[in-house]
Amino acid sequence: MKEVYLDNNATTMVAREVLDEMLPYFHDYYGNPSSMHSFGGQVARKLAEARQKIASLLGADPEEIIFTSCGTESDNAAIMSALANSPGKNHIITSRVEHPAVKVLCEHLAQKGYRVTMLSVDAEGMLDMNEYEASLTPDTAVVSIMWANNETGVIFPVEDAARLARERGIPFHTDAVQAAGKIPINMKGNSIDMLSISGHKLHAPKGIGVLYVRKGTRFSPFLIGGHQEKGRRGGTENVPAIIALGKACELAGANMEKENTHVRALRDRLESELLKAVPQSKVNGNRRQRLPNTTNISFEFIEGESILLLMDQFGICASSGSACTSGSLQPSHVLRAMGVPYTMAHGSIRFSLSVYNTAEDIDLVINELPPIIEKLRVLSPYWATTQGACATA
Amino acid sequence: MWEYTDKVREHFLNPKNAGEIENPDGVAEVGSIACGDALKLTFKLDENKRIADAKFKTFGCASAIASASALTEMLKGKTVEEAMKITNQDIADYLGGLPPEKMHCSVLGQEALEKAIESYRGVSHKKPDEEIVCVCFGVTDGEIERAVRQNHLTTVEEVTNYTKAGGGCTNCHEKIQEIIDRVYATQKTEEGPAERPKLSNIQKIRMIEETIEREIRPSLKHDGGDIELVDVVGNRVLVAMRGACATCQASQATMKGFVEWKLKEFVSPELVVEEVAS
Repeated sequence: MKEVYLDNNATTMVAREVLDEMLPYFHDYYGNPSSMHSFGGQVARKLAEARQKIASLLGADPEEIIFTSCGTESDNAAIMSALANSPGKNHIITSRVEHPAVKVLCEHLAQKGYRVTMLSVDAEGMLDMNEYEASLTPDTAVVSIMWANNETGVIFPVEDAARLARERGIPFHTDAVQAAGKIPINMKGNSIDMLSISGHKLHAPKGIGVLYVRKGTRFSPFLIGGHQEKGRRGGTENVPAIIALGKACELAGANMEKENTHVRALRDRLESELLKAVPQSKVNGNRRQRLPNTTNISFEFIEGESILLLMDQFGICASSGSACTSGSLQPSHVLRAMGVPYTMAHGSIRFSLSVYNTAEDIDLVINELPPIIEKLRVLSPYWATTQGACATA
Repeated sequence: MWEYTDKVREHFLNPKNAGEIENPDGVAEVGSIACGDALKLTFKLDENKRIADAKFKTFGCASAIASASALTEMLKGKTVEEAMKITNQDIADYLGGLPPEKMHCSVLGQEALEKAIESYRGVSHKKPDEEIVCVCFGVTDGEIERAVRQNHLTTVEEVTNYTKAGGGCTNCHEKIQEIIDRVYATQKTEEGPAERPKLSNIQKIRMIEETIEREIRPSLKHDGGDIELVDVVGNRVLVAMRGACATCQASQATMKGFVEWKLKEFVSPELVVEEVAS
């Protein structure tokens, strides 16, 4: 059975071109880019090339790119550096819907004595910019707000937010892990100080991340060690993965148009057909301010893990914000922050597409999912009792 | 992805006895949509007072559906007295085991069964002296105590896996720990008084040092202060305050309220902290 992979916000396939580009750097050109011999030197040149390609996708200078091991490391490095460089300041601003890489770190810092403002979101998952502006204080050491949400795809106005922070001299970081490669980013045209991306979300392998640090931003390394990355991140470079990410960014740049036409059209068709076929289903998150590849749909009165496992029988891969899939007992913190009722939150399914999805993939889901929902609703003690009441409501 | 047994998968993909019996002899609804799983169980007896049919409706994950399906299969042909003896562990065993985090699905089955039997016998399920401990999931002290006893649970995490209690806001963790302690304390007194392990002086000093390093110093440092362990004499811990703490008016409160409290918690409740001139 061929799998229909609609879980690209979790991770992506390494693109064939990307794999081909990186493979020679395991066995044939395995030199250390820091070495003095030409065997290592040729790797260093390739590394510089990759750095240039990554910078291009972000509209950045190559010197502003620091390689890390993952998005989480980039987020941690950015926030910890901002705090280290704002001595005496004790306030952090973030949102309630951040990825755990930021959210759990900020909760940890709150326990250590920092005052943390977690900005709320409305029912559509949007920030209140007035609340944000009012929360900026002279004591604020750093702001960290994601560019796009991983669960709903909702895009935040981080460029406006960064400008307001800059006016007050507050460093601004954004987790752009979901945004990079899907929507245009131009660091020359905004005042964001630091930005995180992760390779495996844009068809490069797992284990490579980037932290963009704007020229002139004070930075203290998170991993202290060798002179790599100009002393800003110790540790021998993950050469094959960096080369892969360079290629992946080049591809992402070339595919950006397709992401906004082909992928968006597939997503929109999937969404509208499912909403049409399944009563009492609803999209979570603002449908206009959204990544072109993501849709998060709640199917009321049933539970997400059951939906996922039944879809798995058809090779369909997706995610859920239900409690049971997370291993915790509460449904997704993002949906709870949006005030999505429990009847809806437990039955939420996230589909996240990529340029490699086809019309046939979408057809399969449109055909197979509605009967699955029906089957589970027949099993649900809430369905029969509420069906009549809600259908007329 | 959860590692489910083939039996769980089978009962999930092709649930047995899904539905609802009309005019049942016993009926129960447990769980809630907020909690993420709910089960409605109905059964009917035959002329020999054996369970002729049992049906379920479940809102929940694969293991909740499989547990309910398994329970209805187990019930058929049993007398009410025999059915009463089914425990959550029996349900899990029937399915070839459940992941630890999913044991609450089998507990939900057992709860529904008990409540359905109570409805058949006409006795009220309400136990007036039970108190809600976990507000998020509506779990009472009695339910937690029973899960601890039946399944020999020793940690809050295990209690959460079995009953969901403590899986939400986590505010009740202390209370859950107290219940666990109480269960084992009464068990111990039944077995005779337990000896509290006695610390050697070296062990005690080492633990005090570790606790200061891990629990106390980071907080003091955050306020620009510091603490130094000067000596340990019996249960008297002699310390000197440094940095901002040395001149701080509140340092006496810090000493008793924070330092001593932490040391009592992590080392020994007998410890007394005293400040000495540096």
